[in-house]
Formats: sequence, structure tokens, C-alpha cells
Amino acid sequence: MAVTVWKRMWKQRAGYYFVLPHFAFYLMFFLIPVGWGVYLSFFKYDVFTQRFIGFDNFVNLFTDWLFLKALGNTFLYTFGVVPLWLGKALLVTVLLYPFRNSIKTFYKALFYLPHVTSSVIISMIWLWVFNPTYGLLNYFMRSVGLEKIAWLGNKFFAMPSLIFMQFIMGGGSTIVLLSAAMASIPEYYFEAAKLEGASSWKVFTRITVPLLKPTILYAMIMGTIANFQTFSNIYIMTQGGPEFSTITIGYLVYTTAFRDYNLGLASAMSMVMFGILAVFGFIQFKWLGSNVEY
Amino acid sequence: MDWKTKLLIRRIISLVILSIFGLLAFIPLYWMVITAIKPATLTLQFPPELFPRNPTLQNFKDVFQRPMLFRWTFNSLFVAGAVTTLQLLLCSMAGYSLAKKKFPLGKLLFSIYIASMMIPRQVTLVPLYILVSKFSMIDTYWGLILPGVAAPFGVFLMRQFMVSIPSEIIEASRIDGASEWGTYFRIILPISKPALAVLGIFTFVGEWNNFLWPLIVTNTSKMKTLQAGLALLQEEVPMQHAFLMAGATYAAIPMIIIFFAFSRYFLKGVTVGAIK
Repeated sequence: MAVTVWKRMWKQRAGYYFVLPHFAFYLMFFLIPVGWGVYLSFFKYDVFTQRFIGFDNFVNLFTDWLFLKALGNTFLYTFGVVPLWLGKALLVTVLLYPFRNSIKTFYKALFYLPHVTSSVIISMIWLWVFNPTYGLLNYFMRSVGLEKIAWLGNKFFAMPSLIFMQFIMGGGSTIVLLSAAMASIPEYYFEAAKLEGASSWKVFTRITVPLLKPTILYAMIMGTIANFQTFSNIYIMTQGGPEFSTITIGYLVYTTAFRDYNLGLASAMSMVMFGILAVFGFIQFKWLGSNVEY
Repeated sequence: MDWKTKLLIRRIISLVILSIFGLLAFIPLYWMVITAIKPATLTLQFPPELFPRNPTLQNFKDVFQRPMLFRWTFNSLFVAGAVTTLQLLLCSMAGYSLAKKKFPLGKLLFSIYIASMMIPRQVTLVPLYILVSKFSMIDTYWGLILPGVAAPFGVFLMRQFMVSIPSEIIEASRIDGASEWGTYFRIILPISKPALAVLGIFTFVGEWNNFLWPLIVTNTSKMKTLQAGLALLQEEVPMQHAFLMAGATYAAIPMIIIFFAFSRYFLKGVTVGAIK
């Protein structure tokens, strides 16, 4: 038995030769760090000490108000941004569907454009747009007769402002994704429904959404993973403030590790993050997971 | 109203809604460029000028005077170029193996690659930092480049594309006496050009825009990439809006050009893995 496996491996050795060069990098700079991260999360690891402490990091985390605050903020941010993105993307995709290809491509490119601009640049722009004294947004507020608002300087407005910014700039890749999925649905599904007198809303809820379900699921999981790790906008725009109202786990991991040099605790945080994302992925899969055939 | 008029009205309403959403995403980018070409003093004026009356290139001159700016640009180009080149070569090889070679553990390996794409970056951040410092690669090009080469997405993308290459072509080439390497080089790579283009563009743009890792792995100003450099400028002179927007415009323009030159690859690349 064992011999035949070795024989097969030897016979198919070209397969290993081709995969090995990338795998070597992947092992060294990805898999080992993941395993090491798990290991580190059970250690007190800072400049002075490197000592095994079991589950203490995790126990400390869940009694630490700042971590819980960051966790809450990250949930708020993710569950603010992802549904807004999906709603926007679905609306845009459905509205765009009947137009001819040149118009479709134009709008898809327009919506995708912010995705090739780095998050650092987008954050710098919005820091300027949100500027309380000279910013563009307060100019609009004044033009419609409202008061200026300290968008990022007020603990009640800061997080909604960040969500708003992400809503405005994001969703482009989901639009491209959903458009491609919708183009692959046979057209006679829509025609048949229309002939039988279904309203647009009925067509949308009974045909479009169910058939797009696998793609919506994919976009939802990817959007959740991406937004749950949000870092650059916090780093550039608010540094977690004011009064920790915008501190997220992605940012707290960074400050814990690279400002406080508390590497074990930061690893434990990242593990909690990973665990939560795994649970999300599982729930979303269960909830929307039934496959659709057409 | 006949149905044609109704349809026309519907179309117009659709276009208006689409344009509102599109403009909202576009206005901030417009605002970046407009601020960058305004005289610096005019940014501290309320209400702001929406269309600059006296455009100037002075802010760009100021940015270019910044000692390290071209060094940062070079670093970004070099790191993104190196990661992209290595990824194209290694991921296409690995993708070919996982798509077309049947060997023990191959399926398991592919599952590991897929599963690992779900892992948030923060998980590897700390261990990678310790690892890279043990190798004395902090603040070096090695430290900037090697972790980027290890990313699993490219292998997944290449494998998904190569699965659809008919195996008969590969067998025919082998029967004609081509070596394994020759088959990969002369048959597989040319067929895979569209996938290579998608991977190359996504990797290059992704690395150019990458911020978190360069922020952590570089200490000195001369090793920073453009993104980390911009963040530094933002911290140093937060009130010089025109100057900052000129820097941002300078760093954004190469990617916007790449996007318009290769937009069909971008729009195609997004769907890899999501739609059969």
C-alpha cells in the first residue's frame, strides 16, 4: 500500500516540481506565520518577556473594555457597510441590466474606479472632504441651509461618517460581479414573467434575487471579510478617536503589536478576529447556501 | 401613454439614479485633482471654489521638492514589479500543477490554498514581522517583497483558468516529445495569457496600493513605499491640503491610467472564482 503511494508520487513528480516553488514561499511566509500566530496567542510576548500563559490573553481580552469597544465598533462598521454595499450594488445592477453594452461598460468602469485608488488616498481625500471648516461636505450642508458638522470630530458622527464614505466609494466590484452573474441568467426567464403580467418588483424578488443568490452570498462573505479588517481609513482619518468611537479590531491589533509591542496579546486579538469571521462565513453559508440551478 | 413612452421614461429614471450614484463616487476623486491644482491659500477659503479659476502646478512642484518622493516612487515600482513578476511565474506553475497534474496530496493542497484566502491579514502580521526580523529583513526590499510573493490568490486564479484547458493538448505535446517544462512554457503559458494578464494587473495594483505591510516592515524614510510615504506626509503637514492632494493625485494617476488601459481585464478579473 505505502509502496504504491510512493510509486505514484515518484511517477507524478512533475506535479510536485511545478507546485513546489510557490509552495515554498507560501509555507514560509504564510502557513508558518498562521501557525506561529496561534502559538504566540498563548504567550506573553513583549520586549522583556516571552512566557507561556495559556488562555490568559483571551481571558484578558474579553474583560478589556477597549477590546470589547473595538469589537462592537467593528461589528457596527461591517454590518453598516456590507448591507448598504449590497443594496447599492443590486439596485445599480438591476437598473443597468436593460442598457446596451457600451453604457453598461461606462457605468461599470465609473463604479470600479475608486477600487484602483488606494485606501490611503481615498482616506486622505475624505479627510479633506470631511474637514469641518473648509470641507466640501460642509459646503453642501451650508448650501442646503444646514449647519456645519464636525463629521469626524464628534463621537456620534465619526463612525456613521466612515460608513457613509465606504458606502459612497465602495461596491464597485460587487456591481461588476452581479452584472456578470445577471448576464448569465437566460433572458426568457424575465420575458416569461413579464408576459404573465408580473410587476417589476415581483420579477426582482421572485426571479432576480433568487437566481443571483450564490453571487450575493459570495459578495457578502468577501465584503464581510474585507470590512472586518478595516485599517487604513482608521489609521489615516481618526486613529480610533474621538473617545475611541472609531477604534476597530484591525487598528487595535496594529497599535497593540507595533506601538505597545504586546505581540502575544495582538496575536490573540487576531485569532478572535479570525474565529468570528469563520463563524460569519459559516452562518452566511448556511443561511444563503442552498445552490440554485438554472 | 403608449408603452414606448413608458419604457423611455423608465430608462431615463434609471440613468438618473445610476448617474447620481456614479457621480457621488466620482466627486471625491474630482475634488482631489481640483484641490491639487488650486493655489494653496485658496484651500483655506469658505465657500470653496468648485471650478478653479487660477489653476497652478505649484503644489506638484512642492511635492516633487520633497526629498524622498522619487525614492518612494521607485520603491513602489520596484516592489510591485518584483512581486508581480515572481507571482506570474510561480503561480502559473503551481496553478498548472494543481489543475492538470494528478498526484497524491494535490487536492488537499488546493483546499489549503482556497481556505487560506479567508484568513484576515492581521493573523499573519505579527508572526510575519517576527519572522522577517529574525531573517534581518526589516527595512529591506526582501522584507517588502517576499511576503507578497507568498499570497495564495494567484495560484487559485491560475488553477481556475487552467482547469478549462483541454488535457488533449497537453498529451499531444508530450507525445510529440516535448518535455514537462517545454509543455508548460510553449503550450500552457501562451494559452493562459488572459489569466496572466488579469493576475499581473491585479497583483501590480494591489501591491502598489498596499499600505499595512510596508508601514510595518519599513523604519527609515528611504525604504518607504509611496503609500507609506503619503501617510507620513499626512501626519507631518495635515493642514497643507493642496500639497497633500497633489501628492495623492501623483500616486493615484499611474493606477488610473493602468485601469483605463486594461479595464476589460479588471472587469473580467473580478468575477474569477465567483461565477462559473
